[in-house]
Amino acid sequence: MASLAHPQQRQFNPYSENGGTILAIAGADFSVIAGDTRQSEGYSIQTRYAPKVFRLTDRAVLAVNGFAADGNMFVKKVKQRLEWYRHAHAKDMPLRAIARLIQTMLYARRFFPYYVYNILGGIEEDGTGAVYSFDPVGSYEREACRAAGAASSLVQPFLDNQIYFKNQRPAPGTSHPVHLPLPTVLSIVIDSFTSATERHIEVGDGLEIYVVLAKGRNLQGLEGIRGMQELTVTEDGERVFVVRRELKKD
Amino acid sequence: MPSASPYHGPGFDFSNAVRNSFLQEKGIPLPKATSTGTTIVGCIYKDGVILGADTRATEGPIVADKNCEKIHFITESIRCCGAGTAADTEFTTASISSNMELHALSTGRQPRVVTAMTMLKQYLFRHQGHIGAALVLGGVDATGPHLFTVAPHGSTDKLPYVTMGSGSLAAMAVFETGWKPNMNREEGLALVTAAISAGIFNDLGSGSNVDACVITATHTEMLRNFVKPNERVEKERKYGFRRGTTAWKTENIRSLVVSEEVTPVGGEAMDTD
Repeated sequence: MASLAHPQQRQFNPYSENGGTILAIAGADFSVIAGDTRQSEGYSIQTRYAPKVFRLTDRAVLAVNGFAADGNMFVKKVKQRLEWYRHAHAKDMPLRAIARLIQTMLYARRFFPYYVYNILGGIEEDGTGAVYSFDPVGSYEREACRAAGAASSLVQPFLDNQIYFKNQRPAPGTSHPVHLPLPTVLSIVIDSFTSATERHIEVGDGLEIYVVLAKGRNLQGLEGIRGMQELTVTEDGERVFVVRRELKKD
Repeated sequence: MPSASPYHGPGFDFSNAVRNSFLQEKGIPLPKATSTGTTIVGCIYKDGVILGADTRATEGPIVADKNCEKIHFITESIRCCGAGTAADTEFTTASISSNMELHALSTGRQPRVVTAMTMLKQYLFRHQGHIGAALVLGGVDATGPHLFTVAPHGSTDKLPYVTMGSGSLAAMAVFETGWKPNMNREEGLALVTAAISAGIFNDLGSGSNVDACVITATHTEMLRNFVKPNERVEKERKYGFRRGTTAWKTENIRSLVVSEEVTPVGGEAMDTD
């Protein structure tokens, strides 16, 4: 039997890190939210298809990355709160309200946090595309684009350069566009993930890109995209689409 | 032979290792080495030995090299796969390769696989595991085909089929289901390829291509990039930048042509014709 005279220490670490990467980009009247589908622990792949991006409503999509168990539980709880809101108010919660809800839910666990980075994308009540990014304890900000997760340090600088045109001087007599068209944004998202797959061991297997389109907008060139599927539930409101692609599996 | 020094005890000096672990404890990390978090295998077949390796080199979770070579040259008929710290596997195999050549010159015979194995294990044991090289050594000599693994602390195994590195479990699973004695070249190569592929696709530390090396009594065939199952896909966009994209604060153009006037002083100029 172990002696009780000496101090003893026991430890249990409830967290783990499950790799993968997510990103979101806001357009003028659309929002794109994407994530790879690999879930890993250490050098092992747990599954090649574990979605990290979830449709919350017809105008809100949430991407979660970090500790997968916490991520899934958090999405479940957010969806539950949105359902309660629907029952109480007979409408979907607006995007800015979902963002504030997520902040309070994360900060409620300030001293035992959900070990996840959240990125919320969708359409604001004024019809503009929006991206909200959160840290694990609820600090948040509305942005035009954000990458999070294992390869965020590879992807974010690329996005800064291609979306915000950082370190790029416009041609004389011109200026950089504030919002990019949807096909351009989709190409940048796909290239971000194929590149992250090349150089980060935890990124790969599959890619899921969600597109949220503002009310009454046409498909803006989305009709020709390979592997697209519509997920919209409600009539004559915002529309949600998902594009699924394969990524390298090594 | 150097005589015993009164200033140093006999044997190897590990004081730097002691210092480094002290420094690490104080929160000064050692520089991160490129690791070949790897799948390497070897397998005996009817006519000799087949070695296999993936081609990914990593630094933590980042892929440092997508197509590196992990099957190292020891002699014409002895090759060695390396897993672990990239610099250690490269230096150790190069050093043993050099000593094997000197050994061949001094004895006038083709050195044996056991000789390389003994040199490797003694070298690694002397450094007490501080050299992070996990090796698969294979070759054919006067006594027949031989296949060994050498662990970083210097222990060795002699087996008909072996795997090492972070993908060793995935690869060994394939060997345990598919290996049989007296395979022909095609069967052996297919099994080695399947074992490496298992590592490439199921172990995050391994990836990219399959390298193989077939060694027989008469011939060694290095099959670099034998299978390439992970070709890079084409980008959706072109990322060329317009000339003048990068801003600058000052511009300074200097002529690199320097002219010099030489005035001969006193006496006759040197005859340069």
